[in-house]
Amino acid sequence: MRHAMRMELGDWHEGGNAGAAARRLAIEARGLVKRFDGFTAVDGVDLSVPEGAIYGILGPNGAGKTTTLRILLGILDPDEGSRRILGAERPHDVAHAIGYLPEERGLYPTMKAFEAIAFVGALRGLPLAEGRRRGRALLEEHGLGYAADRQIRQLSKGMAQQVQLLGTLVHEPRLVVFDEPFSGLDALNQGRLEGMIRGLAAKGTTVIFSTHVIAHAERLCDEVAIIAGGKVPFAGPVDVARDRIRPQVRLETRSRDGAWRAALPPDVRHEGQFWYFSLPESGVEPLLRALIEGDAGIQSLSIERAGLHDAFVAIAGEAAAAALAEGKDSER
Amino acid sequence: MSTPRRRGRLSTLAAALVIARRDFAAILFSRSFIFFLLGPLFPVVVGVMAGGVGKAVQDSAAPASIGLAMSAEDNARMLSARRHLGESMDRSLPGLVVVRDVPRGSAFDAERALNESKGALGAIVGGRLDAPEIVGPQERIGRWQGMVALLASEAAASAPRAMPDVSLRPVAASAAPDRHGLMVTAQASQTILFLLTMLLAGMVLSNLVEEKGNKIIEILAAAIPMDAVFLGKLFAMLAVSFVGIAVWAGTAGGFVLLAGHALPNLPVPAVGWPMFFALGIVYFAAAYLLLGSVFLAIGSMASTVREVQTLSMPVTMMQLMVFFLASYAMTSPSSAVETFALIFPFSSPFAMLARAAQYPALWPHVLALVWQVLCVTLFIRVGAYLFRTRVMKSAPGGVRKRGLRGLFRKAGAAAAAGR
Repeated sequence: MRHAMRMELGDWHEGGNAGAAARRLAIEARGLVKRFDGFTAVDGVDLSVPEGAIYGILGPNGAGKTTTLRILLGILDPDEGSRRILGAERPHDVAHAIGYLPEERGLYPTMKAFEAIAFVGALRGLPLAEGRRRGRALLEEHGLGYAADRQIRQLSKGMAQQVQLLGTLVHEPRLVVFDEPFSGLDALNQGRLEGMIRGLAAKGTTVIFSTHVIAHAERLCDEVAIIAGGKVPFAGPVDVARDRIRPQVRLETRSRDGAWRAALPPDVRHEGQFWYFSLPESGVEPLLRALIEGDAGIQSLSIERAGLHDAFVAIAGEAAAAALAEGKDSER
Repeated sequence: MSTPRRRGRLSTLAAALVIARRDFAAILFSRSFIFFLLGPLFPVVVGVMAGGVGKAVQDSAAPASIGLAMSAEDNARMLSARRHLGESMDRSLPGLVVVRDVPRGSAFDAERALNESKGALGAIVGGRLDAPEIVGPQERIGRWQGMVALLASEAAASAPRAMPDVSLRPVAASAAPDRHGLMVTAQASQTILFLLTMLLAGMVLSNLVEEKGNKIIEILAAAIPMDAVFLGKLFAMLAVSFVGIAVWAGTAGGFVLLAGHALPNLPVPAVGWPMFFALGIVYFAAAYLLLGSVFLAIGSMASTVREVQTLSMPVTMMQLMVFFLASYAMTSPSSAVETFALIFPFSSPFAMLARAAQYPALWPHVLALVWQVLCVTLFIRVGAYLFRTRVMKSAPGGVRKRGLRGLFRKAGAAAAAGR
């Protein structure tokens, strides 16, 4: 099932015409296209990000994730298509309600940490004095109070990243956009960031982030958009993505052969004492009946729901999955 | 953290102010600002050094002494005449050195004596007082002719001629307009304006490239319109320059007060010093905003210092030509060249400032300022547009690969796509 439902941009409640099922969208994009010198980086992308959701854009390097985010934020204008962010057609009109952490982190090296946070807040309309006050408070809250008056160039890379992250949140945005937020962070800080993202969502903030690490998306996201080659072959709830491929059955039998074998689907493979195959469309009951009646001697049977990685492979293809795993291509 | 107040989006001007405030503070407290303040000192130091070297070269290249190879009596009379005339016009007369007393009717190889002097003598005077003969290089003997005639005439007189006393009555300034002096003022002001605008435009450019290098530009682009970034950067540097001008003016004023009459009187500009300063500041702002918009637009296309240098070189050369045009126009008043220089946006501030030094009428300045404000508005809009459409597209290597044609083609394509 294709998750995104078509609608007119004038109504930014998804399924607005359906009435009861309506949900507010923080981001809605339709048919986004962006070309660079004849190369199509983003090719007809549709996205619907519900308010308050944690939304992942999942794809290998070079898939068009950053370009898509830049279009959504108004850094780039699309060559075709339309976008609506927090109800506004021009992202800069709601810049005060958005926080953005780009993949390539950047701060003024000679600025003090609390000033850097205040400056990013000022760009989003937060009065400078209030930004300074909040900057110091945020640094204290995150255990960096001792570094508040240090220049950015005097901080470690990890600390500078944290300062920038706090700058992204200082004005208490309704929508936070992270581009590859986990890159460059150690495992401990990745965990902290995951906690922070969950905390934001718990307070009703919409979080959208791009990543090429499936595990992050799988752990955090309510919904994902899988992007490969500038296209989005899937966008919707993670569960729906998993349901794109059938659950996997692992069967162990006492009997090696018999009439019961006819009940197994054609994609079955035998490894050791186990049989692996996708759950037939007819479901588990007819399969069990055939196995019992065929005297297969069932010793164990488990049905596993597909992971996001399997779903990604099924949706985006083996090549995209390989690129995702290697992360070797350059980002668009 | 407190409950956030309800805030709206920043207007372009408010966003520009955020950028300008940051840039202003950052530049003002940076080392580059010290160099900026010292900037005008460098041409002065270079000028003084060049002048000193030039004078030394001139002194050594043109010896002030002339050798005498006349009869002993004539030589003595010539030396006496030199002493007498030297009381009134010492600096104008060449020094005299007796090379040899040559009895009348005897031959003397003046050319050989000149060569043996190895350049110490500029020429050798022989012959008689009523018919002196100068032997020397072709290119120099002409300049000695009049002075040798004067010395010989004085030497030939039976008694030293009495010089009348010339009374001196100095005045503060010449009542008649000193065109040469005004030209000097005009040229000096043009040069200062040119150096200042080039310095500032270069600074705003490197500031932008540094920002792109720091990856901050993406954060700015995501938060505020790029027009605001453009305006903020442009006006921050203008504000910095006003601080610089205030410092320079204060320093110069202090020197004037301290030095008092020790300083030479500068020719007063035709519009008077106060108006000239006021116009100078306004024309400087116009010249900087015009050039700064071009440089910022260039900076938006480049991602490395090398690219900036490549892309800004043609503009720098063009600005040099504009400076020369304005300088030349100053020497040809009411000519087509001057009219062109007054109208052409890039040369107009320079040409008009020179005009303020030379002519008292103020109405042409009103017209010129209206025209320049229009041009500045147009240039800022075009510059901001190019900046907006290019600044986030110049990935490292992009410019090198596409070249200038690609850059402008891309800007056109972005224009077609609209915002």
